Amino acid sequence: MEKTGIIIVSHVYEIAEGIHRLIKEVAADVDVQVVGGVDIKEIGTSFDTTLAAINNSSAKNLLAFYDLGSAKMNLEMAVEMSDKTVKIYDVPVVEGSYTAAALLQAGVNQENIEEQLEEMHNVK
Amino acid sequence: MNIEMGIRWMELFNEEIQNEKDYLTQLDTPIGDSDHGNNMSRGMAHVVKAIEEQKPETLNELLKLITTNLLSKVGGASGPLYGSAFMGMMKAETAGEEWAKILKTGLENIQMRGKAEQGDKTMVDVWIAVVEAVENGELTHELIDEAVEATKPLKAKKGRASYVGDRSIGHIDPGAYSSGLLFHTMLRAEAQ
Repeated sequence: MEKTGIIIVSHVYEIAEGIHRLIKEVAADVDVQVVGGVDIKEIGTSFDTTLAAINNSSAKNLLAFYDLGSAKMNLEMAVEMSDKTVKIYDVPVVEGSYTAAALLQAGVNQENIEEQLEEMHNVK
Repeated sequence: MNIEMGIRWMELFNEEIQNEKDYLTQLDTPIGDSDHGNNMSRGMAHVVKAIEEQKPETLNELLKLITTNLLSKVGGASGPLYGSAFMGMMKAETAGEEWAKILKTGLENIQMRGKAEQGDKTMVDVWIAVVEAVENGELTHELIDEAVEATKPLKAKKGRASYVGDRSIGHIDPGAYSSGLLFHTMLRAEAQ
């Protein structure tokens, strides 16, 4: 099976790093790339760093998660510029990326991961 | 539009953005994240610098340079949105389209990226009004001002302003205002 990794784009460096730390607890072997803020201090997202993170990943196939709208737009543009297969999920960024990473670590395939992510759309 | 006009346009747009930087941020404060002034200022400073350094010789080279700089240097949502606009314009120019069609393709790319429709209180409202006016040969400074001002009573349905719901009513949309500057300076560059 082709190697699958994760990319997370947040407006804030600490959010991205925090999610990364959380995920590593359950998915030590999954390639997780995080982009947080324009840089360590400045809040925002950037096309350049997002594209760089996609290209940095050792995986050819990526599951992408983001926090707010402009992170998604930068992700979409970066995906168009990259040769890799990247799918963007409109789910809560922490739960979504955590779930996907844990399942990837357990060897679950993308189709089954998506079934789990699908449930996160439910508003109770 | 030609290369000389295009360069003049970007120089004038940069001047206006730098002059109105604080006002753009002020507009973005009650209904956004207060970064529009800084973002556009940084992006346009890079565009003008790149024009000086790379000296584009065709309109297509210029549009490409604008695209990459806005995309990379503006940040926020405006970077990908303005970047998409100029990328669409560049492609339409390559295809040999006339200016009205080029602007229309820019608008279509903004909508493809941001999914905003007319009346959502975004830059799209100004672009729609301007594209229609250019198609009919009726673009004026007054029409641009009216399109920008028309975003004021609207409730935001897209972008960061949509998070504040009804509280977005009564404020001019910052992206609509910066797009207004873009088209005011386009008219001025064309008139010179």
